[in-house]
Amino acid sequence: MSALLWALVALPLGAGVLLLVVGRRADRAAPGVALAVSATALGLAVAAAFRHPSARAPFLDGLPMRLTVDGLSGLLAVTVTAVTLVVLLFSAAEFGSGEARARFFGLMLLFAGSMLVTVTAANLPVLLMGWEVMGATSWALIGYWWRDPERTSAADTAFLTTRTADLGLYLAAGAALASGGGRNSSLSLDGLARAEEPWLSFITAGVVVAALGKSAQLPFSFWLSKAMRGPSPVSALLHSATMVVAGAYLLLRTGPLLDASGWGDDVVAWTGAATAVLLGLVAVAQTDLKQLLAASSCAQIGFMVLAAGAGATTGGTLQLVAHAAAKSLLFLAAGAWLTALGTQQLPALLGAARHHRTVGTAFTVAALSLAGLPPLSLWAAKDVLLAGALERSPWLYAAGLAGALLSAVYSAKALWFVWRPAVARPDARRIPAGAVWPLVLLAVACVALVVPAFPPVRDSVSRVLAASGQPAPHTWEFVLSAGLALLAAAAAWGWGARPLPLAARVKSGPADWLGLERAAHVMLVAPTMRLARAAAAFDDKVLDRAVDGSASATVRLARWTNDVVERSLDGTVGAVAAGTRALGRWARRPQTGQLHQYLAQAVAAFTVLAVVLVLVR
Amino acid sequence: MIRLLTALVFAPTAVALLLFALPRRTAPAVFRAVWVAASAVELALVVVVWAGYEPGGGMQFEERARWIPGAGVSYHVGVDGLSLPLLALTCLLFLACALYSLRENRRIREFAALFLFLQTTCLGLFVALDLILFFVFFDLSIVAMYFVIAGWGHRQAARAALKFFLYTFIGSLALLLGFIGLYLAASPHTFDIVELTEQNPLAGRSVYGALVLLAVVVGLAVKTPTVPFHTWLPPAHVEAPAAGSAILAGVLLKMGTYGFVRIAMPILPEAWREYALVLVVIGVVSVLHGALVALAQTDFKRMVAYTSVNHMGYIVLALGAAAATADSSEQARSLAVTGAVTQMVSHGLLTGALFLLAGVLHERGRTYDMGAYSGLAAVAPAFAAMTGVAAFASLGLPGFSGFVAEFQIFTGSLGPQPLATALSVLGIVLTAGLFLRALRQVFTGPLRLPDAPGTPRVFPDMRGHESLSVAPLLVLAVVLGVAPRFLLDVVEPASRSVLELLAR
Repeated sequence: MSALLWALVALPLGAGVLLLVVGRRADRAAPGVALAVSATALGLAVAAAFRHPSARAPFLDGLPMRLTVDGLSGLLAVTVTAVTLVVLLFSAAEFGSGEARARFFGLMLLFAGSMLVTVTAANLPVLLMGWEVMGATSWALIGYWWRDPERTSAADTAFLTTRTADLGLYLAAGAALASGGGRNSSLSLDGLARAEEPWLSFITAGVVVAALGKSAQLPFSFWLSKAMRGPSPVSALLHSATMVVAGAYLLLRTGPLLDASGWGDDVVAWTGAATAVLLGLVAVAQTDLKQLLAASSCAQIGFMVLAAGAGATTGGTLQLVAHAAAKSLLFLAAGAWLTALGTQQLPALLGAARHHRTVGTAFTVAALSLAGLPPLSLWAAKDVLLAGALERSPWLYAAGLAGALLSAVYSAKALWFVWRPAVARPDARRIPAGAVWPLVLLAVACVALVVPAFPPVRDSVSRVLAASGQPAPHTWEFVLSAGLALLAAAAAWGWGARPLPLAARVKSGPADWLGLERAAHVMLVAPTMRLARAAAAFDDKVLDRAVDGSASATVRLARWTNDVVERSLDGTVGAVAAGTRALGRWARRPQTGQLHQYLAQAVAAFTVLAVVLVLVR
Repeated sequence: MIRLLTALVFAPTAVALLLFALPRRTAPAVFRAVWVAASAVELALVVVVWAGYEPGGGMQFEERARWIPGAGVSYHVGVDGLSLPLLALTCLLFLACALYSLRENRRIREFAALFLFLQTTCLGLFVALDLILFFVFFDLSIVAMYFVIAGWGHRQAARAALKFFLYTFIGSLALLLGFIGLYLAASPHTFDIVELTEQNPLAGRSVYGALVLLAVVVGLAVKTPTVPFHTWLPPAHVEAPAAGSAILAGVLLKMGTYGFVRIAMPILPEAWREYALVLVVIGVVSVLHGALVALAQTDFKRMVAYTSVNHMGYIVLALGAAAATADSSEQARSLAVTGAVTQMVSHGLLTGALFLLAGVLHERGRTYDMGAYSGLAAVAPAFAAMTGVAAFASLGLPGFSGFVAEFQIFTGSLGPQPLATALSVLGIVLTAGLFLRALRQVFTGPLRLPDAPGTPRVFPDMRGHESLSVAPLLVLAVVLGVAPRFLLDVVEPASRSVLELLAR
C-alpha cells in the first residue's frame, strides 16, 4: 500500500529532477516523458483515492515523514494530477522546439509533485517541505523567460511574499512541539487541534497566515497579479490545482484547529468573504484578460477560504475542484489567444472567440461557470458552501452573494469583449489542434462537475470527506444565486465597454489591485532595505572602525611607550650613571696624597665618631 | 584499527613534507596529482572511520599518549557523534579544494603543502580530547590560513590576512586563559577534556565558572564568528583565494561552534545554563544583523561571507535555547542541538560550494561586484544552475540540508525561547531576499560582462574540474535534505549525551 503512495509523489518529483539535470539534451524527449509521467500519476492518484494508503519513513528525531491519503487528499490528488495532465497536453502542442522544454516540463512535474506532497502530507514537516518546494518551483516557472527583467522581478515578488507567509508554518511547527508535553510529538496535522493555550492560538495564527499567503488572500493578493508574467500553462496550473489552492486546502484540512482556537474560523471566513468581494471588484476593473483572471482566482479562492472558516468542507472542496477545471481552461484559452493574436489586452481581443470557435466555446463554458450561471459546476458548488455561511451568519451569506454577483459581472465583461463582431486579423497565427482538445476536455468537466453538487452524489462526497452534518442548501438559495448571477451578467453584457461614471480616484484603487503591492513596498520592503543599509554602515563605521581603532591605538601606545616611557627609563639609567660618576668625583677630592691632610681627616673622623658614640650611649 | 586517527590527522602533513622533498623542477602536475590523491585517501580513511563507528557508542577510536605529564597534558584523541560529521566534512571540502585548484599555477608546491598542513590542523582539532592539543591545532590553523590569504589572495590580501590573524589570535588567547582556569579548578590538575567533563570542576563556583565561561565563549565567538566579533570575516573572505575561503568558511568557522558543544557545554554546564539567555541574544543578533548587512552588500563574496554570520547565529541560538531544561521537552532540546550540528555540516557544504562558485565568477570577470554582471545564464548555464541550487539550498529550501538543520533549530528552540526564535525566523526571509536579488542581478536579464581592460571577453561555463569540485557538495546537500538519517543516527545520541551533561 505504501509503495503506491511513494510512487505517486516520487514519480513526478524524480522525473522532474531528472529532466532538469539532463537539461537541453532532453528537450526533444521532455514532452513525451512528462505526459507519460503525469498520466501514470493520474492513474496512481485514482488508485490512491480509492485505497487510502499511508506511508512513513524515518526523518528527524521523533518526526517521521508521514504521508497519507484520506478522502480530501484523494480528491485533491486526483484533481492535481488530472489538471496537470491536461495542462501538459496543451503545453506539448503549444511549446515550440525553440524553448527550453526540458526545463519547462521538468519544473512543471516538480511543481505538481510538490503539490502532491503537500496534499498527502500527514504531519507538518512534510507539509512544509512540499509547500516551500512548490513556492520555489513557482519562482522558477514565473521567471521561466529569464531574459526579461520584469518577469524575474515578478518571480522574486511571488516567492518572497509567499515565503514571508510561510514563516507561519515554521512557527506553528515549533509551537505544536512546545505545547502539551509530547502529546503531538510527531506534529501530525490531525493532532494540531489538541494543543493547549497559548500555543493553540500561536499554531492557529501560523497556519492561517501561511495559508492566506499561499492562497493570495488579503492582504497578500498582489503577488498573484505579478505571477501572471509566467507562461500561460504555468498560470493555468498555478491558479487552478496547485499553489494558490494549497492554502485553501490547508484551511479545509485544519478545520478542527480553526474551531478549537475559538477565533480562527471567524477570521478565516471573513477574510475569505472580504477577498471574494474586494478582489471581485479588482477583477471587474481590469482591462488585461490575464489580470482579470488572476484577480478572479483570488476571489474564487476566497469562497473556498470562506467555506473552510464556515465549516462547509464539502462545499469548499466542490468549489475547489470545479474552479480548477474552469480556471485552468480560461488560462489555457487566454494563452492560446496570446500566442495566436499576440495580446492579452481585452480591447485588443475583440472577437477573439469568433476566430477560433472551439476555443471560444470552451472559454465561454468556463466563463459562464465562473459567472455562477446554471447549470454549471461553480454555480452549484458556491451555493453548497454558502449554505454553510448562512448557518453561521446572514451577513457572511450576504457578503458571499455579493462576491458571486461580482463574479458574474467580470465573467460577462470578458465574454462581451471576446464575442464582439470579428475584426480582420491578417497576421493571426493558427492554434495547433493538439492545443484545442484539452480545452474541450476541461469544458466537459465544467459541465459534468455540477453532478456532485446535488444529492445523492453530494452525500457520498461528504461521506468520502468524512464531513458529517454538512449544511444543505435550500432550493431557494440555488434559485436566488442563479437569478442574481443572470441579472448581473445581463447588466454587465448590456453595459459593454462603456466606462463607469465614477471618479478616476475611485476606479484606480481596484485597477491597481488596491495598492497592496505599493503598501507592502512602503511598509516592509523599503524600511527593511533602509535598516539593512544602516546595519551595514554600523558594521563598517562603528564595529569595524572600533576594531581598527583598537589596533591603531595599540600601535600608538607602542609609540608612546617608545617615545616617553622608554626615554624616561633610559634617562633614569643615564642619570643614575651620571650621579655615580659625580659621587666618584666627590670621593676623589680628599685623596690628595699629602700625609698631614690625611691625619687631619682622620682626627676629624674620629672626633665625629667619638661624639656619636657619646651621644648614642 | 591501530592508530587510525593519528594516521588520519598527520598523513597530510607527511605528504606536505614529501612535496618539499621532490626536486623544485618537478612538473606542477605532479604536485597537483599528489595533493588530490592525498585528499582522496584522507576521504577514504574517514569513510573507514565512519564505517567502523558505532552510533551511540560514545567516544571511539580513542588514543592516548604521554606528552607533557608534568602539566597534565597528554596526546588524547577520539571521535564521537559530534566530531565525526565534521571530520568527514573537512576531508570532503579539502578534496573539493584540491580538485578546484587543479588549474592553480602560482607556487603550486607551497600552496598544496600549506593546504595539506591546514588539513592536519583542522582534523586534529576535531579529534582533540585535550585542551592544550585543541589549542595548539586551533592556533596552527590560524597560522596556516594566514599564509594562504597573504600569499595567494587578491590585492589587499596582506592587510586582511593580518587582521584575520591578529583578531583570531587574540581570541585564542582568551580561550587559553579559560583553559588555564579550567586546569587550575580541576583536581587533580588536568587539561584532559574527558576527565574535565567527568569532574565538572566548577560545579557550585558561580563566579569562577562565569569568568571561565566568559573567556572560553569570547575565544570561540571570535572564531565562529558572532556579532560583534565578526568584522575580520568579510575582508578575509573577500581577499582570500576561492579555495581558502571555502576552507575558512566551511571548516575553520566550525571550530568555534564545535568548541561550544565539545568544551563549553559539557565542562561548564552550570554557567552555561545560567548565561544561556546571553547566548540566545547573541544568536538572534547575529542572525538578524548578519542577514541585514548581507542584504546591503553589492559584492557577491562579501554577501556570502555575511550570510555565514547569519547561519552561525542559528547555531548559537539553538545551543542557548537547549539549555532551558525546565520548560521544554527532551525532544525539543535534542532537536535543537542536533539541528545545530546539522547546520555546521550543512553550512560547510553550501558555503564551501558558494565560495568556490564565487571563485569561478572572479576568475572569469576579475570582480565580485554584482552590478558588473547581468544575464550570465545565457553564456554559462551550468554555472547559473549550480549557483542557483547552492543559493536556494543556502536560503533553507526544503529538500536541501539547510532546511533539515534550520527546521530542527526553529522547532526545538521555539518552546523555550519563543520571542527569540520568532525573531530569528525572519532571517530566512532576509536570506531569501538577498539570494534572489543576487541571482536576478548576475544571471538573468540581458547579457553584460565586466569590461575592464585586460578582462577576457568571453565567460566560459564551468570547467570539468570546477564542476567536479562543486557538484558533489551540492549532491550531498540534497541527500542530507531528503534522507538525513545516516547523519542524524550518528549525531542524535551525541547531542543527547551533551544534554545529559548539561543538565548536571
